[in-house]
Amino acid sequence: MISLPELTFVGILPALLLCAAGVVILVVGWFLRRGVLVVSCAVGIVGIAAALIANNPLRFANDSAFSNMLAVDAYSWFLNIVILIAAGLTILMSVRYLEDEGIAMYEYFVLVLFAAAGMMFMVGGDHILMIYIGLETLSISIYILAGGLPESVKSKEAAMKYLILGGFASGMFLYGAALLFGAAGTLSLTGLAKHFQAGQVGLLAKAGMGLILVGFCFKVSAVPFHMWTPDVYDGAPTPLTAFMSVGVKAAAFAAFVRVFFEALTQFQVDWTQILWALAVLTMILGNVAAVVQENIKRMLAYSSIAHAGYILIGMIAGGKAGISGVLYYLLAYTFTNLGAFGIVALVGRKGEARIMLKDYRGLGNSNPLLAVAMSIFMFSLAGIPPTAGFIGKFTIFSAALAQGYIWLVIIAVLTSIVSVFYYFRVIMKMYMETPETQPAALQLSPATAAALIISTAGVLYIGIFPTTYLGLALESVKPLF
Amino acid sequence: MAESYFPIMVILLLSAFIGVAIVALSTLLGRNRPSEVKLMPYECGMDPIGDARRRFSVRFFLTGMLFIIFDIEIIFLYPWAIIYDKLMFFGFVEMLIFVAILAVGLAHVWKKGALEWE
Repeated sequence: MISLPELTFVGILPALLLCAAGVVILVVGWFLRRGVLVVSCAVGIVGIAAALIANNPLRFANDSAFSNMLAVDAYSWFLNIVILIAAGLTILMSVRYLEDEGIAMYEYFVLVLFAAAGMMFMVGGDHILMIYIGLETLSISIYILAGGLPESVKSKEAAMKYLILGGFASGMFLYGAALLFGAAGTLSLTGLAKHFQAGQVGLLAKAGMGLILVGFCFKVSAVPFHMWTPDVYDGAPTPLTAFMSVGVKAAAFAAFVRVFFEALTQFQVDWTQILWALAVLTMILGNVAAVVQENIKRMLAYSSIAHAGYILIGMIAGGKAGISGVLYYLLAYTFTNLGAFGIVALVGRKGEARIMLKDYRGLGNSNPLLAVAMSIFMFSLAGIPPTAGFIGKFTIFSAALAQGYIWLVIIAVLTSIVSVFYYFRVIMKMYMETPETQPAALQLSPATAAALIISTAGVLYIGIFPTTYLGLALESVKPLF
Repeated sequence: MAESYFPIMVILLLSAFIGVAIVALSTLLGRNRPSEVKLMPYECGMDPIGDARRRFSVRFFLTGMLFIIFDIEIIFLYPWAIIYDKLMFFGFVEMLIFVAILAVGLAHVWKKGALEWE
């Protein structure tokens, strides 16, 4: 007879709260005409705050729920926080953007919340199918959102490209999962680990591992699976690009690390070699291609590819040091990139007309505070102290050095130097050049201002006082080892 | 063991007999006046032979997607109904929440005018 599994909702409560907030926004949207965007934003923020509180018990748990489908542990706790921060800041930045663009689309917030819930299932998934469901929930929401600008052909193109390539990557992932199932007879991560520890590591399992790796590399936009990134980041609405570049990356890396370090440790020698090559390619291509971009959204897209390469180094180094470096890097990158894209959204003005690098000329005069914030974000992306980006790179590189990956670190540092050029170009434009006609100063709405203040403060705070956060990251990776 | 399958064999034989009987009787007894429409695989609905690159109205896809959503709801309802005596009130509330969420979806679709044909 069927016996009911024990149900513990602690693990999924944060995601449930996000879904509930999404449903409430849908219902509220039927009755409100004016101010629907502000109300939806408020409901979304309340939902995210509630989810943050509900997320706390996970920190001290080390458990699994729903017949081992979901892990309830500190690792999920840390990454859930990253995801919630990303979703919250995205929602705050989006209100003004949507109002300016004249899009009264409250479903936007619903989809952001659902995507965040999907990310949480991906982060917590202890079973490859659970991870896949989380991946699809988040991908489908993002496909719709990427095409969200009604008048823009570029936005439709972005959605279409992302849908087709994303579907292809999902197919690869599923094929890999099927091969792993064929080799081990289970898809639960602990079950896979047990099976491979028993010594049966065949070609079938290796092929499955390779295909799953391709699926994840697509989502984190590592070279050579990065082709979609510049076009999609460029075409999508800017606040959403911010969300994609940090949220999707964080969730994909989280699941990537969990699958590979929990289930596929027996293949570590194999996949470390593959990742080594991918990381080198990703860092070189991302940074070199970013140098020639004139469009700041495309430049940040290539920079996001390059950062995926740095995070891969953390995975290659492995161990507690490497993976906690990955977690810290993801947190730092979340604040930094959200802030940078927030300013890109603001400077872009109506219809995203001003997204070229030359549009940043004279920003230091017209909006001194914004220019300072943008400089801080660029410093952090380039990895210059005292910002969070520096500590992130430092932790990851030193973990790799400790494992003896000297050449990898040398390449990483050299490509970082290349990246300084294009990040500083933005700062140069803002302070050293003057435009032919000075546009009117930008006005910030309270929500946007709050989002930018939080991200700037985050970048500086966890950069200047990193010890606590590095400690938390180190504590959070314990369940994996 | 084998006798527990006996009713199934009866059903198989019976349905085979009825199937053959209907076709045989109507060929033997009925008057045979074929026309082009009568000989088509499906007498009503879509024309089965034509250009493969015929265009469908995009509305069909919308309706199709909505259909799938509610189809999946039914698929969830079946296993739920089978173990309902174990789930009891808890299961009832769970399913109520699930159906309520789908109802919100349906209402949203309705409100947005996706159910209007024109």
